[in-house]
Amino acid sequence: MSLTTGPQQSAAIPLDPTADRSAQGRFVDRMSQWPWWLLIIVFFGVLIVWNAMTSELYSAIFSRLLLGIGVTIFTTLVAYSLAIIIGLIAGLGRVSQNPIIFNIATLYVQVIRGVPILVQLLVIAFVIVPIVIDGINLLGSALAPILGGDNFLTRTKPQDVPFLTRSIIALAIAYGGFQAETFRAGIQSISKGQMEAARSLGMSYLQAMRYIILPQAIRRVLPPLGNDFIAMLKDSSLVSVLGVRDITQEARLYASASFRFLETYTSLAFLYLTMTIVLSLGVKWLENRLNSEGRAQG
Amino acid sequence: MIVIKHLVKQFGSLRAVDDVSLTVGRGKVTVIIGPSGSGKSTVLRCINHLETPTSGEIWVDGIHLTHDAKNINAVRAEVGMVFQQFNLFPHLTVLENVTLAQRVVRKRSEAEAREIAMQQLTRVGIPEKANAYPSQLSGGQQQRVAIARALAMNPKIMLFDEPTSALDPEMIKEVLDVMLELARSGMTMVVVTHEMGFARNAADEIVFMDRGRIVEQNTPEEFFTNPREERARAFLNQILR
Repeated sequence: MSLTTGPQQSAAIPLDPTADRSAQGRFVDRMSQWPWWLLIIVFFGVLIVWNAMTSELYSAIFSRLLLGIGVTIFTTLVAYSLAIIIGLIAGLGRVSQNPIIFNIATLYVQVIRGVPILVQLLVIAFVIVPIVIDGINLLGSALAPILGGDNFLTRTKPQDVPFLTRSIIALAIAYGGFQAETFRAGIQSISKGQMEAARSLGMSYLQAMRYIILPQAIRRVLPPLGNDFIAMLKDSSLVSVLGVRDITQEARLYASASFRFLETYTSLAFLYLTMTIVLSLGVKWLENRLNSEGRAQG
Repeated sequence: MIVIKHLVKQFGSLRAVDDVSLTVGRGKVTVIIGPSGSGKSTVLRCINHLETPTSGEIWVDGIHLTHDAKNINAVRAEVGMVFQQFNLFPHLTVLENVTLAQRVVRKRSEAEAREIAMQQLTRVGIPEKANAYPSQLSGGQQQRVAIARALAMNPKIMLFDEPTSALDPEMIKEVLDVMLELARSGMTMVVVTHEMGFARNAADEIVFMDRGRIVEQNTPEEFFTNPREERARAFLNQILR
């Protein structure tokens, strides 16, 4: 029986596996603990930054890309904030006892999760926004007796909505669908007894949500929400297909004019990587802090 | 104070409560006992509408409990409840646990709520833990905070759902002592418990339930020394040994 030889063999090995290690062995152990991946990234980062400062080509690329950094950051921040609000409302809808609210929220989440973000961007920018503008125009004509035939509602044209705005709306709606599920999971992870205790004290459903359930649920979903922020930063590059001049669009324009594809796109990738690594270290720090607080408070 | 008529609660194919009628007078302590799964807790949870009755009627302090949300909140504000699992709010301090509903539901000022909270925490014997978080307390202390939290709302009725069942043996007494003091102060109480000592000392009436029905309703002296029903006698033999 080969199974029975296992424990007998292992009995010959000293109980403490490190007791008998040479100094060299311990050094190898410690080396294997290092975050080599981060060192490699930092190495290439230094290389690229050094290039950017010494090589004329790279400094030209970077000064071009940095023209778009404001748009990238603005798009990410605004779309993310809107997505949080949409996601919280839709997430509350997903745990609602009211069948109408539940079905509206579920319809939204299922549609959003089943359509690629790039396609959503195109649909919202070229289909939904024009339809909404048509609706506003119709409303304007309907209100013509009050506001006059030529009022601000009938004057609104699709061109009045810049593509930056359309991109932000599209990203917010897309991410709201994912965050709805994050919030739903967080709310459902809080034990039923919390809601019962709050209700038995006479609080309404909404009061119990606001004071008891959400504060605990949101704490729990902060790390996944942080990861969503990183994902949003990366997906903000999609707005370049609408011609919005974020860093990706600037890189595309520069590369196609100069034919310096390798240098331009490597720099672009590095720029994203720098931002996402800094952010993911931030999420990690947040996770650790919440964990240690969680231990203190149970 | 509480009138229950022909209460039925059905969970799928299981009839957890089967035609229960019960009256609890003002200032009376009613202890419901019985084997697990006999529907004791469900009756209790119907009184403040944490469970929606399948049929039957309930009046609490003259208010007819219907499905109307306003009605339910009105009853809940008058009925305090203590749970087996304490259900303190872990993200709030002890003091905040006791003041929150006072401010949100009773609309009391911060200062007033705090004063009442400290009175109730003193009453249950742990005013010094006001600024601690629930996780820093023992089970017995947590349950006493839960009692203080319910009392701070000035309820007319207190419901206890197996309040000592999740406690280590050495902490049971501190909770029972608080409940005993409360019973003697004239609070109307309905208690589901397996603590026969408490039932004997504090109860005005014992209700023995089995399989969703009330089998025997009696004074504690009669019930514990000379139960009328065979099922009750068998249960007592099991539990008292």
